[in-house]
Amino acid sequence: MDHTKKTRLGDPTQYGPRNTGMKVETNVSPKTDAPAGLLAYNGLSTKDVRKSGARKLDAEQMTKRMAWVVQVNAVRDHKDKAAFAEIFGYFAPRVKSFLMKSGASPDLAEECTQEVMATLWNKAHMFDPTKASVSTWIFTIARNRKIDLLRKQRRPEPEDLPWGPEAEPDQADAMGLQQETEKLGEALATLPPEQRKLIEKAYFGELSHSEIAAETGLPLGTIKSRIRLALERLRHSMK
Amino acid sequence: MMNEMKQIKHHLTEPLLMGYAAGTLPEAFNLVVATHISMCDTCRAALAEYDAIGGEVMLGGDPVEVAEDALAATLALIEKGDAEQALPPAPRAPGLFPAPLRDYVNGDINDVKWRKIGGGVSQMILKTSKDASVRLLHIPAGTAVPDHGHRGTELTLVLQGAFVDETDRFGAGDVEVANEELNHTPVAEAGMDCICLAATDAPLKFNSLMPRIAQKFVGI
Ligand SMILES: [Zn+2]
Repeated sequence: MDHTKKTRLGDPTQYGPRNTGMKVETNVSPKTDAPAGLLAYNGLSTKDVRKSGARKLDAEQMTKRMAWVVQVNAVRDHKDKAAFAEIFGYFAPRVKSFLMKSGASPDLAEECTQEVMATLWNKAHMFDPTKASVSTWIFTIARNRKIDLLRKQRRPEPEDLPWGPEAEPDQADAMGLQQETEKLGEALATLPPEQRKLIEKAYFGELSHSEIAAETGLPLGTIKSRIRLALERLRHSMK
Repeated sequence: MMNEMKQIKHHLTEPLLMGYAAGTLPEAFNLVVATHISMCDTCRAALAEYDAIGGEVMLGGDPVEVAEDALAATLALIEKGDAEQALPPAPRAPGLFPAPLRDYVNGDINDVKWRKIGGGVSQMILKTSKDASVRLLHIPAGTAVPDHGHRGTELTLVLQGAFVDETDRFGAGDVEVANEELNHTPVAEAGMDCICLAATDAPLKFNSLMPRIAQKFVGI
């Protein structure tokens, strides 16, 4: 991994105390065509995000992504069942798909998906849009459930960093992170099919453990170099 | 810990970070990864990228229809309060071991139940799933761990002190990823005893007869 390239996703400062509100990305173009009411509803504003001529993101996708953030916050603040139903409608079929591709039977995947979505409700107050997109966050919940249920293992997690005194996530940071993740999603979708398939296989656990393990060492095996190539392409297309 | 963090030179590899994000590594490897990330902001940030890729992979999959009453069933699950509840994050405890390691040891360095394995080296095997194993190693300053090769992958994370082998020096927070091609003799640096967390997905093979016999008894 080239640790010198820092995207916002890979910016370690995002994990530090969140009193860095002045750290505004200038290479992302705010989606000013997103419905103002939607963003205002959550107190999210684009005023801190300067405009530039950077690559345009799919406006509709970006609106959707910000809407998820608003919906999770509505679950957190108002136990809003309508907002939850929206998230559920979009994500539950995708969580189920992920679990089935990871080896769960349809019945187990169904049960597991419902648990994942219930966990989302219970942990809504822990979601931080400056640290993760809703898609990332739900993925980590589904992944942990997969390890627990399918692989019957504990999942050791890194310890949390001490947080700064600031309570409210910085809105420009949240917007920047969401945009960065949207870019990543678009880059993944436009990878050559065989490269995208390799990354998908790695995440679904379709590559056998020994194949993965054999790739963690010094010589660059075929799979590793191919995955690396795909990842480099991803990073490149996010520039 | 802050000073040590800045000195970390040897990080996790891409396949390890990706495997941890994907949830496809053995538990023993996950423990080394989680412990290193607890000490390393660089890898913590890199992991966020791999988690994000996972999210986008999940989004890009073909949706599978859920049960007709899935939403109602989920809301019922929430009402019942059976689903996983949020736990307050564990505060950073003072001591040598980061939180994930403390969980497996049931304490810190003073709670480790060391067993001698010869040559002055002691170990404690931590309980994980059987597809790989992980142990704490205590190597007295200046002592060598017997020359050994590997059949699988071996991860060694330094928690205290440092060791040097044919490839480089590994200090606190550094992780060495060794595979079949590497035959090495790690030697703990003079000064402070070296404490490592080492995981392997295959038995190590020692290059001389004595350790090979001992291997049968100590489970390396
Ligand atoms: Zn690192």
